[in-house]
Amino acid sequence: MPVRLRRTLLATALAGALAATSACGGEAEDSAEPGKTTLVVKTFSQFGYEQLFAEYEASHPDISIEEENIGKLGDYLPKLQQWIATGEGAGDVVALEEGILSQFMANPQHFVNLFDHGAAELESNFLDWKWQQALTPDGNKLVGLGTDIGAQGMCYRTDLFAAAGLPTDREAVGELWPTWEDYLATGKRFLNGGTGAHFFDSSNGIYQNILMQQGDHTYYDTSNNLVIDSNPAVRTAWDMTIDMVESGLSANIEPWSPQWNAGFKNGKFATIPCPSWMLGTIEKQSGPENADKWDVAKVPGDGAVRGGSFLAVPTQSEHQAEAAELVKFLTSPEGQIAAFKSKNNFPSSPQAIDDPAVQNFTNDYFNNAPVGKIFGESAKAIQPVYLGPDNNPIGDRVSNALVAVEQGKLSPDEAWKKAVEDAKRLVN
Amino acid sequence: MDTKWSPYLFVAPFFVIFGIFGLFPLVYTAWVSLHQWSMGGSGTFIGFENYLELFDDPNFWNATINTLGMLVLATVPQLLIALVLASLLNQGLRRLTFLRVGVLLPIVTSVAAIGIVFSQIYDRDAGMVNGMLGLIGVDAVDWRADKWSSWIAISTMVNWRWTGYNALIYLAAMQSVPRDLYEAATVDGASRIRQFWSITVPMIRPAIIFTVIISTIAGMQLFTEPLIFGQGSYAISGGSLRQFQTLSMYMFEKAFRDFDYGYGSAVAWMIFVLIMLLALINFLVMRKGK
Repeated sequence: MPVRLRRTLLATALAGALAATSACGGEAEDSAEPGKTTLVVKTFSQFGYEQLFAEYEASHPDISIEEENIGKLGDYLPKLQQWIATGEGAGDVVALEEGILSQFMANPQHFVNLFDHGAAELESNFLDWKWQQALTPDGNKLVGLGTDIGAQGMCYRTDLFAAAGLPTDREAVGELWPTWEDYLATGKRFLNGGTGAHFFDSSNGIYQNILMQQGDHTYYDTSNNLVIDSNPAVRTAWDMTIDMVESGLSANIEPWSPQWNAGFKNGKFATIPCPSWMLGTIEKQSGPENADKWDVAKVPGDGAVRGGSFLAVPTQSEHQAEAAELVKFLTSPEGQIAAFKSKNNFPSSPQAIDDPAVQNFTNDYFNNAPVGKIFGESAKAIQPVYLGPDNNPIGDRVSNALVAVEQGKLSPDEAWKKAVEDAKRLVN
Repeated sequence: MDTKWSPYLFVAPFFVIFGIFGLFPLVYTAWVSLHQWSMGGSGTFIGFENYLELFDDPNFWNATINTLGMLVLATVPQLLIALVLASLLNQGLRRLTFLRVGVLLPIVTSVAAIGIVFSQIYDRDAGMVNGMLGLIGVDAVDWRADKWSSWIAISTMVNWRWTGYNALIYLAAMQSVPRDLYEAATVDGASRIRQFWSITVPMIRPAIIFTVIISTIAGMQLFTEPLIFGQGSYAISGGSLRQFQTLSMYMFEKAFRDFDYGYGSAVAWMIFVLIMLLALINFLVMRKGK
């Protein structure tokens, strides 16, 4: 029906109309409670802030907080863009996932400089690379403060490992794969075990993981030149992933698809590189009937992170000072510890990581794995990686090329060529 | 009230609403498409550069072919089945109301639900279609991996949803065909099938033109079904090699994933132009056939 096109056009039109009028500002004043300032916080997925908000409201009687949450990051991003583009609707605090942040770093003028609100003295509260990610190249503007990081572990199924004759103890499993080559060798051993399951879900997670461990930068160099075909780090990650696909390790199941969800339940794959925020997903999809079958070991290579977010104050906020105070509170070590306990979002603050509350934290669904300790070691081992402006869209294209190899539609060489061409066309 | 101006007042609401929600967005999108327009909400004027780039963009043409391919696969069987269905419903069957409501049911189902259910039916590992193919010894098909298979899967969703709707439109038209034409034809010894092609179809021509044009427009904007069918974290590309990415999906990808509003608007305008073209062709072909 024509409704759809019209709706799209309508959205574009409204975007324009609002952009034109927003200059004269004046959103309806806080209707909720007179005398109180309402701060609207926009988040996606789960940030685990309910308790923190209640605490903050109790200690700040003049502030009330409203969280507006969108379930999927994929649905959040287009909305966020509309809010920012139209200068209307972004509220007072927005959550920025690291890939989104790197896209926005090209236009930092949409966000309040947190240095203007006393953020400079907080630097030691954050892992250095996390701090750098939200800092403009000239070092004059801080766009956001870190919340969590996607510290990596390797989640695995103890029942499938036992059936394939592999060790099941998490220390012993970690020793199976000091490097990704060892991981590949273990995968081959697993396949010979004849369980019928594959070794991992899809090339996507493996590739991202290896890539992020290569350090320094990925598709862009630090002056934002596209270096996808000259950066050996990208090629190394690609070749290793292809090796694994060609050895039959991949179940070729798209992440976040219904088959993927079912795969957790039916034990279609034995391992999955899991950032800390994914533990909740694994638990939810595997269900209570698979309790205690999952465990977490260290990830091959020297730690890694994938994902993780920031909080920022959009310049369109009418309560910038109050919003910045709230951001500082939520991203404080204490705030990060609370969020970790609530939803497994792993802290980006060294103080929080070293806190006994995190270090001693175990996850009972995963055989009481000491996840605080495992992810903490992973987070501290990694080298910072610079992500350029179109890092995410390019990453999508590279993953698609890998999937085409998994599906048998392209040879590895053709797929690599395609990924490079797509990236170049995107950037030009 | 004065009779000269009041009629304009009465029709004004339509034109005001059309102006705000129809015309303005159209013009504004055209304006945006002439810019290098990203996050900031405004950008540099670059004339027709986006369009030139678009004509040179294999992904745009791929999306165009996918859209047209699925349009044919979805519209032609849909309208043919609807015609047959309508003429069956037009017979003096008992419990007719029940059946008429029955054909209308798919249309009230949400597109998302249809997408999810059909995605499972066409699932590679546990899908019903592959299960049945297995029974007759055919290997499982990875429905998302190829153009032909993904087009078929998506077209069945569209067909399933809209066939009944079109059948009801045809039925309504058929009810106004004079009975005595059929009686005369029967006296002349024409078979039922002959009557169908020589009386029913020509007599309901306006309804057929209407459904063809409406289905074409809907087909050109195909979005939700392939998006849900695609699944995964990056479904907007319509498969690993863009096997089933439609034009609307490409527009969305450029504007909201790649942050390139100008280019996305150019794609939107091309969709509009293509729809106008197809509607014109439909119209001319139908008129010529008269």
